[in-house]
Amino acid sequence: MTPEEEEIVRARQKSRSRVMALLLLAFVVLVFAISIVKISAGIPVMQR
Amino acid sequence: MSVANHALILPADWRDFLALTKPRVMTLVVFTGLCGMLAAPAPIHPVLGFTAILCIALGAGAAGALNQWYEADLDSKMKRTQSRPLPAGRMDRQSALHFGVGVAALSVILMGLAVNYVAAGILLLSILFYVLVYTVWLKRRTPQNIVIGGAAGAFPPLIGWAAATGDVALLPVLLFGLVFLWTPPHFWALALFVKTDYANAGVPMLPVVAGEKATRIQIGLYTIPMAIAAIAPWPLGLTGALYGVTAVVTTALFAIFAVQVATRMAGEGDTMKPEKRLFAYSISYLFILFAAVAADRWLA
Repeated sequence: MTPEEEEIVRARQKSRSRVMALLLLAFVVLVFAISIVKISAGIPVMQR
Repeated sequence: MSVANHALILPADWRDFLALTKPRVMTLVVFTGLCGMLAAPAPIHPVLGFTAILCIALGAGAAGALNQWYEADLDSKMKRTQSRPLPAGRMDRQSALHFGVGVAALSVILMGLAVNYVAAGILLLSILFYVLVYTVWLKRRTPQNIVIGGAAGAFPPLIGWAAATGDVALLPVLLFGLVFLWTPPHFWALALFVKTDYANAGVPMLPVVAGEKATRIQIGLYTIPMAIAAIAPWPLGLTGALYGVTAVVTTALFAIFAVQVATRMAGEGDTMKPEKRLFAYSISYLFILFAAVAADRWLA
């Protein structure tokens, strides 16, 4: 792989990693929000 | 070694994974799921409601990805689908399979843990139905493929309702029936003007196998039970006049367009305007009806 090609691959990997990081962050926020809602409303965490 | 001497295999872009989920199809799925939830008599906390709709979207996206994983060979033969990530060579099949299975599992588990097990069970059923019954079993074997397979697209209002109430009632079942019976006229109208594409791919779509005339008759015939399912919630007392009047007017227009398609034959160089009009209207029709069923619960 030439340095130019390696650069293109790295750029693609970086772009994917950024999107994955954002999605994981959003998932953590969502799970936190779900937990707060369930605890506040007294809903059993596993099943209504 | 120069770039010209070998093919550079890039990891798939995140946009290709997004394309794998068929975002345009997802909008209708999300909308009908949301309306099913809003039409339910039990309120749901906005965070849990958002989670349920997210799970429906993820489930639909996963089913779309697994469909594209299995049908990469078919997609490469049709103009409409040639530019998808797999046939265009922008992604390897294994990545699509892993993505589809992973997102499907995530959607069902999250729905079960965060919302309820009834909604999660129906979501799982809808994914399996779309992938196994429609994509793997029926699509390449019978011209009735989209009739049975259409059920997969009819599940979202049931899931939305179940997410809010934890059970299933007659109204969401009728909404399921509406989408199920709407699918054949909607899809066969499309198949009439992209017939050559399906024929090239060897997919036994009704116009390819049974001919144009039989397809047109079937469009007309399926419109009858679809109209009954659309209007029934009103006389049954499940909705008010807001939905009832909307259903009667929009269904009458659907029936007029369907009859126009059912009673004509395309000549040489035909632009297929009535078929394209029915296809385009059928999408708006479903959006209007589902918006009306939700509005009826909240405004009436």
